Amino acid sequence: MKHKIHLKVNGVEHTNEVEPRLLLVHYLRDVLNLTGTHVGCDTSQCGACTVMLNGQAVKSCTVLAMQASGGEVTTVEGLATNGTLHPVQEGFWEKHGLQCGFCTPGMMITAVQLLERNPNPTEDEIRHALEGNLCRCTGYQNIVSAIQYAAEKMRTASAQPVKAAQ
Amino acid sequence: MAVTKMFGAAVKRREDPRLITGKGYYTDDMNVPGQTYMAVLRSPYGHARIRGINVEKARKHPGVVAVFTGQDLADGGIGPLPQAWPLEVGMVNGQKMTIPEWRVLAIDRVRFTGDGVAAVIAEDPYTAKDALDLIDVDYEPLPAVTNQAKAMEPGAPQLHDNVPNNIAFHWRLANGDIDAAFASADRIVKAHFINQRLIPNPMETHAALAQWNAGAEEMTFWNTSQNPHVTRLLGTLVTGIPEHKLRVVARDVGGGFGCKISIYPGDILTMWAARKLNRPVKWTEERRENYLATAHGRDHIQDVEYAVKNDGTVLGIRVKAIANMGAYLNTGPAPGVPTWLFAPMLAGCYKLIALQCDTYGVYTNTTPTDAYRGAGRPEATYIIERGMDLIARELGMDPVEIRRKNFIQPDEFPYTSIGTFVYDSGNYQGSLNKALEIADYAGFRQRQAEARKQGKYLGIGLSTYVEVCGLGPSAGANAIGFTGGLWESAVVRMHPTGSVTVFTGSSPHGQGEETTFAQLVSSELGVPVEAVEIIHGDTNSVPFGMGTYGSRSLAVGGAALVMAARKIREKARKIAAHQLEAALDDVVFDNGTFSVQGSPDKKKTIQEIAFAAYMGGNLPPDVTPMLEENHYYDPPNFVFPFGAHICEVEVDIETGVTRLLRYIAVDDCGPVVNPMIVDGQVHGGLAQGIGQALYEHGIYDDNGQLLSGSMMDYAVPTASELIHFDLARTETPSPHQPLGLKGVGETGTIASTPAVANAVVDALSPLGITHIDIPLTPENVWHAIQNARKA
Repeated sequence: MKHKIHLKVNGVEHTNEVEPRLLLVHYLRDVLNLTGTHVGCDTSQCGACTVMLNGQAVKSCTVLAMQASGGEVTTVEGLATNGTLHPVQEGFWEKHGLQCGFCTPGMMITAVQLLERNPNPTEDEIRHALEGNLCRCTGYQNIVSAIQYAAEKMRTASAQPVKAAQ
Repeated sequence: MAVTKMFGAAVKRREDPRLITGKGYYTDDMNVPGQTYMAVLRSPYGHARIRGINVEKARKHPGVVAVFTGQDLADGGIGPLPQAWPLEVGMVNGQKMTIPEWRVLAIDRVRFTGDGVAAVIAEDPYTAKDALDLIDVDYEPLPAVTNQAKAMEPGAPQLHDNVPNNIAFHWRLANGDIDAAFASADRIVKAHFINQRLIPNPMETHAALAQWNAGAEEMTFWNTSQNPHVTRLLGTLVTGIPEHKLRVVARDVGGGFGCKISIYPGDILTMWAARKLNRPVKWTEERRENYLATAHGRDHIQDVEYAVKNDGTVLGIRVKAIANMGAYLNTGPAPGVPTWLFAPMLAGCYKLIALQCDTYGVYTNTTPTDAYRGAGRPEATYIIERGMDLIARELGMDPVEIRRKNFIQPDEFPYTSIGTFVYDSGNYQGSLNKALEIADYAGFRQRQAEARKQGKYLGIGLSTYVEVCGLGPSAGANAIGFTGGLWESAVVRMHPTGSVTVFTGSSPHGQGEETTFAQLVSSELGVPVEAVEIIHGDTNSVPFGMGTYGSRSLAVGGAALVMAARKIREKARKIAAHQLEAALDDVVFDNGTFSVQGSPDKKKTIQEIAFAAYMGGNLPPDVTPMLEENHYYDPPNFVFPFGAHICEVEVDIETGVTRLLRYIAVDDCGPVVNPMIVDGQVHGGLAQGIGQALYEHGIYDDNGQLLSGSMMDYAVPTASELIHFDLARTETPSPHQPLGLKGVGETGTIASTPAVANAVVDALSPLGITHIDIPLTPENVWHAIQNARKA
């Protein structure tokens, strides 16, 4: 028996009837065709499916679509605004933070969450924050650099209005 | 119009904008109308007879389209999977090896946990999985064997009726007078090594989507492959769909590391079901399925003897390697991995006078093994580089000195190694010196001594490696039984407006060749890099390509497109000479412009020539319209990148935990097209090699259950387990590659495992520990420490 759910995904309202067992990641990929969020494992280890749900980074393979009903979701497709890349996306491109790119969407969402909570993380703090996201290509070094780049850029951007006032 | 030379520039990747915005196109992202979903029922037993299969309940389940068994496929004319490398040369009995049957779905017997038994096709993926539970299989469990040494023993469970003692092959490489080397040795150093089973774990599991066009009798098959043309060829051989009616497409591929070279039973099933049902069929492995059904790597038991002089000269090496092939020969290069890709590199970068390697390939009730990043070369490099440390220890020499003592010298290249390969170029001393300087090796021993006084166990480990890659000359590959060439293809097409489309047979899956290949073509033709598009991965548009593995894409595929671009340049030069009314010999090309020597005002850009070639009315008599050329590049030799890696660790002797303190990699892959991408390749290789040294282990119990069968149980390193790597390079061009390039994709994996192992053993040397088998997990190290304390 299907149930009605309402979600706001990347700013767009959606109403759908889904099976109660449908995972959020499959809802995003198969129902909404937002295939930027990937499935890399089945034990919540890899983090490729990480999305933002109500401001929290969650592994969407471990959330039922029904549980997310009424909530707001941001996926990799929603990171850029009006065609401008999010600083984290820019960092990944600038610093060669991806190779095959499969883990990247989840990795970037985790990075966004980290920088919201800690705008100036140390390398150790970045590595610790990434423990729930696996990458098999990069050895993580350039992912760390990408996040440092984004952190710097976001700090500079948020500091600018103050400077202007001075 | 002069353009900036792009060779050597850290150009940002053109792949990235789509991948960082969620617009990549991996196989599972693809959907077509009428699509169905396949799930595969896999054996829960390591070894069992199938007494019966009842699929009726599953067939009747709402939403199920069809259920197929092995018998259905056999009745449908689907034979066993092919094997690309049937060994003959080097076989000790002189016979071509027997290839046991591997059915797409098992019929009467399963031989590993994960062997396919039945397939369900359903309207949605959840229903397909539900229906798996409704299939009744009557299994009669049989005794299993998972350890390859035990599988060779008399009385061991037998996997294949036509393979006595489970021995797939006994193969030998012998060169030089091994008896004389051992007779003249002052001492013989012995070692017993486990090179453990690894599980590749690309972040994207295997996936496939097959669509049959009944009208045209054509199959389109999207899958996650490192070599779509080879997949097409093998797919044709098994399914009978003619090669010209089978289109294979690999768009974005989420990592491969060797395990996506092969065609898998699931690929054949997907194609077969799509044609049978005349409905598109999608199959995407779940991760736990990937652990069971996609090829594993490594898994050697090695006994080694080194013949050594007291002055540190290493004369010879004798190896017996028992390689676990798994239950069947995987469809990739599997039998070649522990033989031809392994034994010839056992001498490393040293001047040994004799080598003998006996490899036994053995069947066990485990997932088949095949190429995994490095493929044979890490297993060899571990033997020689761990060996150098063992020998140094025994002789009381410094690990640096023993390496220096035995190095092939820079003026000795090309050097015919005792492993039979001709090393193209090298300067082993040069990269070692650079690494030692960066590591402050001299100062380390002081730091180590001080730390020990405070009860801290610091260690340093070296690995001076050379590897063979850029696979490779076809004649050589054919001669040793590989059923395929190892050349690569390219088509370069210059359009009337001067932009360029390049079709490459390479099939990148993370290596960034859309970018580096564009840099190469831009540099060759003097056109802006933005004007060059690289097309790959579609058998309907690109010429037959051998694909991406064995660090071959730049060295071989890059050479093909450079040669094709040079043909275009030459044709354009003829047109330019004609239009400039100059003698051909007087027309020179520089950075996109043809000019006449002595008359600098007479010139044409390559874009102008491209338009003239399109117009076609004013060309020299022997020149055809348009600028389009192809090239099939078959390299005259392999390439041999090399380098020196140094690792510094601290081991907590109370917990057995190893902490990486520093990792220095000095690599030499010749000139570098894009330093940012080369660094990235090294980083990733290091992560996997360090993973083997410290964390990763594919483990079976005696019944054939894979205990490390999920990401919860198998330790893919996380960001916290790794550190910032210090990278540096030396540059020694290959004399035979058109641009001097060598491969770099596997160097990190090949070099790093012994460097880390040497560092851990060095740290623990005050306890009398001389060796611990990898992976050096806290548990393994802790046990070694306890045993040393008892002794």
